[in-house]
Amino acid sequence: MLPAPAPVINSTTAEFWKATTEGRFILQRCDACDIVLWFPRRNCPKCWTEDVSTFDAQQTGTVYSFTVVRKGKGAFQNAGPFVIAYVELADGPRIMTNIVDCDIDALHVGMPVEMVFHDTGEGSALYRFRPLSA
Amino acid sequence: MMTIRGAAYVAGIYEHPRRDIPDRTLFEIHTEVALGALADAGLTMSDVDAVFCDGTAGFGPLSLVEHFGIHPSYFDSTETGGSSYLAHVGHAAAAIAAGKCSVALITLAGKPRTGRSVVSYAQGPETGFESGWGVSGAPHTYALAAQRHMYEFGTTSAQLAEIKVAASIHAQYNPNAYLPYAVTVEDVLNSPLVADPLHRLDCCVVTDGGGALVVVSPAVARSLGRTSAKILGHGEAVKHTSNGGIDLTYTGAVWSGPRAFAEAGVSVADIKYASIYDSFTITVLQTIEDLGFCKKGQGGKFVMDGGLVAPFGKLPFNTDGGGLCNNHPSNRGGVTKVIEAVRQMRGEAHPAVQVPNCQISLAHGTGGSLGSKHGSVTLILGQEDA
Ligand SMILES: [Zn+2]
Repeated sequence: MLPAPAPVINSTTAEFWKATTEGRFILQRCDACDIVLWFPRRNCPKCWTEDVSTFDAQQTGTVYSFTVVRKGKGAFQNAGPFVIAYVELADGPRIMTNIVDCDIDALHVGMPVEMVFHDTGEGSALYRFRPLSA
Repeated sequence: MMTIRGAAYVAGIYEHPRRDIPDRTLFEIHTEVALGALADAGLTMSDVDAVFCDGTAGFGPLSLVEHFGIHPSYFDSTETGGSSYLAHVGHAAAAIAAGKCSVALITLAGKPRTGRSVVSYAQGPETGFESGWGVSGAPHTYALAAQRHMYEFGTTSAQLAEIKVAASIHAQYNPNAYLPYAVTVEDVLNSPLVADPLHRLDCCVVTDGGGALVVVSPAVARSLGRTSAKILGHGEAVKHTSNGGIDLTYTGAVWSGPRAFAEAGVSVADIKYASIYDSFTITVLQTIEDLGFCKKGQGGKFVMDGGLVAPFGKLPFNTDGGGLCNNHPSNRGGVTKVIEAVRQMRGEAHPAVQVPNCQISLAHGTGGSLGSKHGSVTLILGQEDA
């Protein structure tokens, strides 16, 4: 399995990362202007209110772009070729992630994908994606 | 409205000739390039009343000013990665126009080959969301931009390779270039994939080194015996991920370019030479589209058939060999972009690549990542009497 290094967590992102350990991917929505926020923040970046709510997002999307890293460094040094991508979520935001459990030669922009969670062992799980099972 | 058009001149330039510098410290390289550029202008360190540096020079300008042993009345440590030094030129011109200073020194030094990277950024709010995915080098996120551009516009790896080929044709004439020889499209395509679709030869070189610029007031420029380049326009912009709405097919040049052209009062048709930031081949391709040298998505066609090759291509670019072949000191290619544009304005590029009658040129920097956020800065320079 691809290494799952633990992210840095702060007071703004704690709720997000805790949800990942429960298999949930939460997004924020601005109560005032109704836009979806990415990544977690205290203030809406459009109207700057602190009145933002969270909701459980859909765990599907499509590949917006991807690259196959031929040789990683650090924790990924021995991972072999692996995929970094932007996935456009069904709820809108384009987020950076990895695509796993896929034939890299079959990977393409627009491919439907679904979320999987890889436990970091430190109170968080990385949200990654695999090709949507038929 | 006040503009910087004609308010300042680039009077001195210096590019460190070496590409491996194990025997000098970062700050010694700063001094060496500073003295080189000041000597080129016919000035000395005691004339300097403004200092500009990026975030790698210790505690901003404090360390550097102490190291130089001077007491400037103006300083600026704008940090936008490799585009910082183009921003510094624009900011220096504005400061000179405002009467804050008259001799501005801009230096860059770095030792990614024989030293270590000294850049450390405070954690931004994106931390954890743009890391942890195995991103360990600039190629990884630039590759995302290349892949999407290919998907939307049909751009090919062979077209990207043409950009490297053009840079390498120019590098043959630069004895200091890290890769001073011509390569072919096949060479690029046969080099190992680093991060699909980018091959090793789609990437810039990694070099120790540095460079410096001296920006002066019109009165100082007139007092010097050296030919200066007139600063006609400057524009800058940050492109970021826009709250999960990132579009990987364009750069911040879509905003910095028009700002610079408007200030200079010129159009793309007036540009005889362009230094285009070339961290990767895709950086060049997207930038020439975004600056308006061709339509969005047509960059691949534009660079074919020697479109970028000096002196007679449609848009002669990076005649020193650029970051792709010559020099990318400190993993930052901005200062060398301005240096080669000034050489072209002065008629001091290598004769094989000197653009005839090069009255107006452009220099563009891209610092950060096309795959997330970056600072774009465009400068337009003219000959002394432009
Ligand atoms: Zn709002």
